Amino acid sequence: MHEALRSLLSGGTPDHERWRAFIDGRTLPLVDPSGVTFAFWGTADSVHLRSWISGLPTAQPLERVPDSELWVLHLELPPQSRIEYKFELRRGAHSEWIIDPLNPVTASDPFGANSVCQGFGYERPDWTQEEPLARRGTVDELRIPSRAFGDDRSLRVYLPARFRRTRRYPLIIVHDGHDYLRYAALRTVLDNLVHRLEVAPPIVALVDSPDRLREYAGHDAHADFLVEDLLPALRRGLPLEDTPDSRCLMGASFGAVASLHAAWRHRGVFGRLLLQSGSFAFSDIGEHRRGPVFDPVVRFVNQFRAAPGRPAERIYMSCGIYESLIYENRSLLPLLREHGIDVRYDEARDAHNWENWRDRLRSGLSWLFPGPLWMVYE
Amino acid sequence: MPSITLLGPQYRDPNLAAALRERGLGAGPFVSISAGWQEREGELDELRAHVGAPVEDLRIYERTEDVFAADRPLRLAHRARQARLQEMQELYALRLDHAKQAARELFDREASPAVLLPARRQAIAALRRLDRAHLFAIRAVHQEFEQQFEPARRVVVAHARAAVLRALEPTTGVLIAGGHVAVLVNRLRLLGASEWLAGRTLFAWSAGAMALGESIVLFHDQPPQGGANAEVFDAGLGLLPGVLPLPHAQSRLHLHDERRVAVFARRFAPNACVTLDHGACLGFDQGALRFHSGSFQLSRRGLLAHPESAHA
Repeated sequence: MHEALRSLLSGGTPDHERWRAFIDGRTLPLVDPSGVTFAFWGTADSVHLRSWISGLPTAQPLERVPDSELWVLHLELPPQSRIEYKFELRRGAHSEWIIDPLNPVTASDPFGANSVCQGFGYERPDWTQEEPLARRGTVDELRIPSRAFGDDRSLRVYLPARFRRTRRYPLIIVHDGHDYLRYAALRTVLDNLVHRLEVAPPIVALVDSPDRLREYAGHDAHADFLVEDLLPALRRGLPLEDTPDSRCLMGASFGAVASLHAAWRHRGVFGRLLLQSGSFAFSDIGEHRRGPVFDPVVRFVNQFRAAPGRPAERIYMSCGIYESLIYENRSLLPLLREHGIDVRYDEARDAHNWENWRDRLRSGLSWLFPGPLWMVYE
Repeated sequence: MPSITLLGPQYRDPNLAAALRERGLGAGPFVSISAGWQEREGELDELRAHVGAPVEDLRIYERTEDVFAADRPLRLAHRARQARLQEMQELYALRLDHAKQAARELFDREASPAVLLPARRQAIAALRRLDRAHLFAIRAVHQEFEQQFEPARRVVVAHARAAVLRALEPTTGVLIAGGHVAVLVNRLRLLGASEWLAGRTLFAWSAGAMALGESIVLFHDQPPQGGANAEVFDAGLGLLPGVLPLPHAQSRLHLHDERRVAVFARRFAPNACVTLDHGACLGFDQGALRFHSGSFQLSRRGLLAHPESAHA
């Protein structure tokens, strides 16, 4: 237990007034180098910590301090960790999941918001937050016809600050583009990294899918859409460098699967991949246990593992240590390297979430598209 | 009196206009060199608004593009020279990495001072020898290129140079902007700038300031990728000998790390390594420092000192 809380409890069972005085000016949960202490004050029959850390139970009970409404749980948590969580409160037959009312730090995703526990030593990178001096890029919407899908598709296009048509730019196609903008601060990250000269100014096509679990799961039509519909449309309208090593596919989770699949299906088109927490499920023998939505993923990844070839020259991969997918990502690494692909792989003490992916963007983007940091002094 | 004024970055709270007034030149007219901005060369709206006086750009980048388009042999020779320099730079960086690592380990090591201190001095001396040899080799490549291809005698270069000289005539000062330091210095060198800039009143910031020294040193202590070794990259125009300008030093260098500062200062001595951050201003007349503000000199003891000694 955190020393401050232990000290509070050693003075006897705290009433609400003492508790209010204790938390005044403190940020919860309480972290120290050994771990984290969660605390909740309120009436309930039980309180559980709900988190998504592979290897730990998804629900862990907080213990009630006798004769009080204070609930406490201490967990070991290595330094630099970052985990997202909620509290589950049970009152009679009623159960409710809430964000931690005493923790101001939250993270959003397409399903809502979670509380964030920033373990000892973790700090949100400054380059993920708006820098007043950084020049801003623009994001415009675009609609293109798709022969591959037989419909029209909308996307967003990021143009870097000081964009000029007289210059040529690398292209990054981002899966789940809108979510990257909303939950991983991608626009701010790009603005900052370009401003800092750490990343070459790119044109970024932010695509989305109306049915991502199908279209991102190793779907041939999606790969064809990227190469035969999207790329020509972008090429017509924008000054692209237009060489394989200046074209990148990027995505997280199923978006990483879609990126790898498209590069593999259309070899030689994309020289760069940025794959975050890829859902690279496979089965060496027998059936996989991840549910039917993974069936096409497993089919593709099994095929890929049998004959990977060289889908790209350079691949950046990242994965959270607290993800169940860490095994699949780690096992992909030697396979890619055996085939002569230049792979950079980062792990973080984080899980399958957008802020994990946000925090790895500098490492990935600056490695795939290094900026003119050493040469430009403005 | 011919003078050189070095400034920090100008994109936030610029102090160029104040420096012009300090020199009694506020009314202009001026010419600018913005070749370091490459495709944005000549986009002077912000600069003109800030200076409040007529400014025309010398269009060095555009003129040299025209030269390359018209003189194919020169273009190919220039490209071959750059490729050779690039290769030399890679080999130098490889050797530098090992030499720096040895120096780092010696500075981390504990041993009797009588043994350790000479070893550390020798490690710095080895770095200095490596830097000097690399710069010497670079100069030799430039000299060979000059002798073999005589750019100044080529018709298109001579025309471009004459046009630049005409544009310079009615002006009171030359404003040299930052940007891509290699592009800037290469284009200026091709048009013989060290001759036609000598003796003029110059105001230079960031990469523009770097280009004026005897050598160009690239530096960054915490790049997102790769090593953080400062490296000699090229010869400069040699208009301000003895001074090594360090733009954005606060964000690029660990200035609070005394050992880092000391090693940097000793490695590049006798050059005075001077910081050029926002608001910095260093005024030189005939190579001697006349005034300064907001700039510091990296001292051999690892401290940031006032740049009184930063002169040729």
